[in-house]
Amino acid sequence: MNDDTSPHLEPPVSARDHAAGPDSAPVTLVEYGDYECPYCGRAYPIVKAIQKRIGSRLRFVFRNFPITTSHPHAQHAAEAAEAAARQGRFWEMHDALFEHQRALDDRHLLEYAASIGLDAGPFEHDLTHHAFAPRVREDVMSGARSGVNGTPTFFINGRRHDEAWDVDTLLRALTSGSPREVLR
Amino acid sequence: MRNDSADQPIPAGTTAPDVRLPVGPDRMTSLVDLRGRPVVLVFYPADWSPVCGDQLALYNELFDEFQRFNAHIVGVSVDGIWCHQAFADARRLRFPLLADFEPKGQVAQRYGVYREADGTSERALFVLDAGGTVRWSDVSPIGVNPGADGILRALESLPAERSRP
Repeated sequence: MNDDTSPHLEPPVSARDHAAGPDSAPVTLVEYGDYECPYCGRAYPIVKAIQKRIGSRLRFVFRNFPITTSHPHAQHAAEAAEAAARQGRFWEMHDALFEHQRALDDRHLLEYAASIGLDAGPFEHDLTHHAFAPRVREDVMSGARSGVNGTPTFFINGRRHDEAWDVDTLLRALTSGSPREVLR
Repeated sequence: MRNDSADQPIPAGTTAPDVRLPVGPDRMTSLVDLRGRPVVLVFYPADWSPVCGDQLALYNELFDEFQRFNAHIVGVSVDGIWCHQAFADARRLRFPLLADFEPKGQVAQRYGVYREADGTSERALFVLDAGGTVRWSDVSPIGVNPGADGILRALESLPAERSRP
């Protein structure tokens, strides 16, 4: 794919997003993902490996893109991660969900919430009342407008990454702009 | 990428050829019947193939958004009605699939998106305005899911009074 015509991330990363890594990082990797999607499950350890390798010179952002007709638990799982974020534990829930992709029914969501130390009352309330459904929808719409055509879809510094997403290819794409700055 | 396609897709500004195709065992749909609202016409090579599935799953997910533009969305492939029915049920599709089955590929040919050598259509998108004029089209490489951003931009740029009759 020609880089110049690759779709752009819209809206850009902002304080609204869940980001791991400093805002000042030279490279930002955004993933649109679905917690029940097996490909996203495969991408999960790859992103972890990349984060480990690049460290604080990478900012990783996750946005929701549940394909609800194929994945019946994906929407609620996404809302659970957002509900965890309200209690400051987004990434803990994000990890728990990807590490238990085949057990994402509500009973398990409550279990993961307990295991990462969330306050059960408010979490259950948010989940039951779909408090974060509109936010998940906003993510999906931003993805659709940004050219997300399936999950996972990655963006590197705002530009869609159309190549493979194995560790080597992603690392190369992430460091091609400024390898010295990014990889010491 | 398009060398193996006999024709070019019909250009923006032309009146979309009317099509009348089966949409189920005993039901026909025609594009003329859909006038008065914008139409997103999704030509795809085949039911069940992985990329088509993802592409249609994505549009299914965005069904409400297309509704917001008051637009119809319809899928078209050379598969027969029973195949379409099984596929739509399995994927819980919320929009109709038209069977361009007999004479095979005739509608795809009229839109300039038939792949003679493969016996299937291209992976092609057309956005028609409420009056039935093609306003935007796109042909993707056969294995590439074109996503929805082009469709959404095209719907957005339709004159408001024509998309909301």
